[in-house]
Amino acid sequence: MDIMPKWADVVLIPLISLILAAILSALVILGIGEDPVAAVKLMVTGALGSTYGWGYTLYYATNFMFTGLAVAVAFHASMFNIGGEGQAMLGGLGVALICLFVPWPHWSIAILGAIAASALFGAAWAAIPAYLQARRGSHIVITTIMFNFIAAALLNYVLVNLLRPKGAMDPATAKFPAATNLPTLHELLAPFGISFSKSAPANISLIVAVLACFGVWALIWRTRLGYEIRAFGKSESGARYAGISPFKITMLAMLISGGLAGMMAINNVMGEAERLVLNAVEGAGFIGIAVSLMGRNHPFGVFLAAILFGFLYQGGAELALWTNIPRELIVVIQALVILFTGALDNMVRIPLERMFLALRKTEG
Amino acid sequence: MDYLTLLQVLDSTVRLATPLLLACLAGLFSERAGIFDIGLEGKMLLAAFFSAAVAYLTGSVWLGLLAGIGSSMVLAGLHGLASITFRGNQLISGVAINFLAAGMTVLIAQDWFKQGGRTPSLIGGARFEPITLPLADTLHPVPVIGPLYHDLISGHTILVYVAFLCVPATWWVLYRTRFGLRLRAVGENPAAVDTAGVSVVGLRYAAVAICGILCGIAGAYLATALQAGFVKDMTAGRGYIALAALIFAKWRPWYALSSTLLFGLLQAVALRYQNIDLGGVVIPVQVMDALPYILTVVILAGFVGKAIPPRAGGEPYVKER
Amino acid sequence: MTSPAIELKGISKAFGPVQANKDISIAVQPGTIHGIIGENGAGKSTLMSILYGFYKADAGEIFIKGQKTAIPDSQAAIAAGIGMVFQHFKLVQNFTVLENIVLGAEDGALLRPSLGKARRELRRLEQEYELHVDPDALIENLSVGHQQRVEILKALYRQANILILDEPTGVLTPTEADQLFRILARLREEGKTIILITHKLREIMDITDTVSVMRRGEMTATVKTAETSPEQLAELMVGRKVLLRVEKAPARPGKTVLEVEDLQVTDDSGVERLKGISLNIRAGEILGIAGVAGNGQSELLEVLGGVSAAQGTIRVNGAEIDLTGKHSDGQSRRARGIAHVPEDRQSEGLIMDFQAWENVGFGYHHDPAYQKNALFMDNAALRADTARKMEKFDVRPPDPSLPAKNFSGGNQQKIVVAREIECNPDLLLVGQPTRGVDIGAIEFIHKQIIALRDEGKAILLVSVELDEIMSLSDRIAVMFDGMIMGERLPEDTNAQELGLLMAGVANGGAA
Repeated sequence: MDIMPKWADVVLIPLISLILAAILSALVILGIGEDPVAAVKLMVTGALGSTYGWGYTLYYATNFMFTGLAVAVAFHASMFNIGGEGQAMLGGLGVALICLFVPWPHWSIAILGAIAASALFGAAWAAIPAYLQARRGSHIVITTIMFNFIAAALLNYVLVNLLRPKGAMDPATAKFPAATNLPTLHELLAPFGISFSKSAPANISLIVAVLACFGVWALIWRTRLGYEIRAFGKSESGARYAGISPFKITMLAMLISGGLAGMMAINNVMGEAERLVLNAVEGAGFIGIAVSLMGRNHPFGVFLAAILFGFLYQGGAELALWTNIPRELIVVIQALVILFTGALDNMVRIPLERMFLALRKTEG
Repeated sequence: MDYLTLLQVLDSTVRLATPLLLACLAGLFSERAGIFDIGLEGKMLLAAFFSAAVAYLTGSVWLGLLAGIGSSMVLAGLHGLASITFRGNQLISGVAINFLAAGMTVLIAQDWFKQGGRTPSLIGGARFEPITLPLADTLHPVPVIGPLYHDLISGHTILVYVAFLCVPATWWVLYRTRFGLRLRAVGENPAAVDTAGVSVVGLRYAAVAICGILCGIAGAYLATALQAGFVKDMTAGRGYIALAALIFAKWRPWYALSSTLLFGLLQAVALRYQNIDLGGVVIPVQVMDALPYILTVVILAGFVGKAIPPRAGGEPYVKER
Repeated sequence: MTSPAIELKGISKAFGPVQANKDISIAVQPGTIHGIIGENGAGKSTLMSILYGFYKADAGEIFIKGQKTAIPDSQAAIAAGIGMVFQHFKLVQNFTVLENIVLGAEDGALLRPSLGKARRELRRLEQEYELHVDPDALIENLSVGHQQRVEILKALYRQANILILDEPTGVLTPTEADQLFRILARLREEGKTIILITHKLREIMDITDTVSVMRRGEMTATVKTAETSPEQLAELMVGRKVLLRVEKAPARPGKTVLEVEDLQVTDDSGVERLKGISLNIRAGEILGIAGVAGNGQSELLEVLGGVSAAQGTIRVNGAEIDLTGKHSDGQSRRARGIAHVPEDRQSEGLIMDFQAWENVGFGYHHDPAYQKNALFMDNAALRADTARKMEKFDVRPPDPSLPAKNFSGGNQQKIVVAREIECNPDLLLVGQPTRGVDIGAIEFIHKQIIALRDEGKAILLVSVELDEIMSLSDRIAVMFDGMIMGERLPEDTNAQELGLLMAGVANGGAA
């Protein structure tokens, strides 16, 4: 018998964890001499009070949907992919190459090429840790962390020595051709008579991200591959018995995971910056961990958690702009969310289970 | 390369290996007790900040060291709470701790010093000064041995010597004491310890606490000895490299010394030479930057021998019949 | 009259909604061997864990030599003179015997004096109880029987007067079990009190002085062993009359289904697990593989089921099977008409977090009947099929949406058996079909296996329960150390002969 109803597991526990994280964050804000209530107000107006704010919130959320899905898919196969950051960097490289060196006639075709390139590059970057895990038993957590560092060095080399336009000082590529520039929400919504901020970076990638959520849901819960991924994730010995190849599932799950992380680049590189800069990912790969844990590894949960973190990110930027609270506050909140929804899950769960048990006893 | 250059590189190796060695031994205590810890990085970072901050504010590097150790132990306690008391996922807990440290250090540094997430530079008594060992100057003119003693062995801060002394100390504790026997047992089979009437929880917390102390010293060394103050993300992946060194060392103290020295050497070479010219083929600086991480992956891939981790590592202990 | 060595009064313990022990009272006389018998899940181990301070009872009192004693933890149990030998040994594999014995009972903070003292004490204990074991051997290099001795020595080193043994013979050969019983008898002579937990009636009858029977968390009876019979104990355990034998008609074997020739397996660490196994099974026949756990039976099942690779030849219905290549896995075996009920349903046969319907598709998720199209599975068809199978195999509760972990052991096993039998295989591999299963489900599963045989299917049965092998098999092969020691017909052999074969004695004495 399950002690708790399913809704408590899916809704109540993440909610309580979130509240705990919020309380602690408020204490942190108090600790550095700022007013948490004012901070929240500022965050809400900054992130949700205008279409400009929404445009940034959704832009960040798009990033986090991709990286959150990436972490979630790997989690279903019982692997902890901390390499989303590096995979997204490589995805950016894929997008840059394909935008710079292929003469695209129109963005609608270019985005397809960019999706393929970003997914391919991200997947390739995940492939080596996956192979080492599957064949040599090297712990994927540490290898993916290492690959983040190696990706940063690689990107640094490529940008400084190969892709930097002559005469330019900063390590970045040239601007992508105009034909590859993706339509923003402003342009997409205008035909429907909805006016949306022109300067906000949210773009058509948001729709790709939402589609990816659906795709991952169908993959995990409706296909044979998804079934095999989940079975392998729950029990490797069981998977062997059933004839599910651990090698195949480890590779495929990580390739999909890395591909999803890489696809983030169509949003931040192609959609927003329209060139590749050195630290384009800005920690979004890591936020994917918090998003996935918060969303209980379910694509719909990831969707909601990504929007929440989009709000936090944009709100945090506003805070940094108008108050003395640095952007690193978001890193702290992210850490607290990971801590409470991931590592301290039992701290919330055990008292809740006791409560439900007591409730059931009184009901007879 | 002449002898003096070699000594300089080796000297730099020792300096750079020291935080790795301390963190590696920290991880050794924790993992030998069955608690995986990828939060070494975060503990070092927080300790680096608090040691620099307190050293700056009080002017005493010793108080700074204490603060560093204390702050690292707070995070160690958090890791213990998550992975021992609440039997959570030790990897996730470690990740959370790393982010917590990364965020909190900048947040507090900005609040206290308003210098963009760093502490002011440490001077005088707020820093660990190099120690000149007895006779170092007298022996300096002696060929070969003189410079070796003067440049390589003498002239480090106290924490370097502490770190190197920690190696035999760790070995002795692990293999010659009751505590060591129990610690190794709890990482191999906690049920054996439990049924023998010894507290699994107590032992694991003790191990995690020792891990916190050593990470604290490592962090303090970074900010108050190796460098003069805290800067954002100054650990730069050293915690992860220490973990790789630990695996390379097969969770043994003396091996830990050699593996961290190897990584220290890599860093020293990368630091000294930017683009290395190997007879026409230029190795770019980025390759040198990435080399410790690449080497870690190679080691993890088991191309240099298979490492068997403590059997109960990473698994929360649940009483079973 | 002396007071009992140990007395429990009104012990109760619940795990969440499950009442594991209900108001249990029992008195164990000093210098006796007291058996506690009951089915899986009857609450025997829980009771003993309470006695050893592993769990805290919700209610009840414990008296040691007439003194009321609180046992909040293992430390207190040890101090009260209680020692426990768990079913799964609690030894540190890469420690020496000496280090394991000293662990937790050291004198002082330094190791050397403790080890010296323990070495002397161990020598004394060895002589006193004839318990020989090399103090400097690593545990991982010791046989199971010797590891068990280390556990007993651990308890004696801590000066235990009351020794609890939980299912001690499960991993032993009959010969090793006899040795253990001689040791226990010796301990009784020296005045120790022994509590023996088992589900094997034979052991109770052989060695105990008194026996208590548990059923569904309750103590149903305590009787003198001399005054009871196996039939009576079985009835007390189950709560109704039990048929100790399986009803079956003589086999009518047809053509050969499975041929195995010179099968060899070497594991990762270079140890030979199978050393040239050859056997065959015909349609309509059950071949039982007897043997002590760890003598290659698991490897044989895994190779046949496609879980691991091997050298040699296997033919099914005359066609050779790929043993090492790309197509050597569970999927391709199923395609060749081989179904497999694995030895461990919890770690292999089922995904415990999956719902029943997902588990019914487990291993058959490529079956065309469960596909909607090239991309998607037809979950509705799988659910419907699950409901049908649950009904046919009387799985309770018949709810396809319930996760596997929430079924009892017997019903979990029924789900696995239903899945593997209902796919209509030519060859059924069955490993430990009734391990951890209640008697009702045992009877049901046995009937299903016999029925499949009578339909003309070939069946390979692996079990460590000799009784099960003897009552189900049409032929019995005995495995020892990766080899088949001999083959017997059940009607021409007996437990003693099989026991000798299981211990590696060729020809099994007579025959």
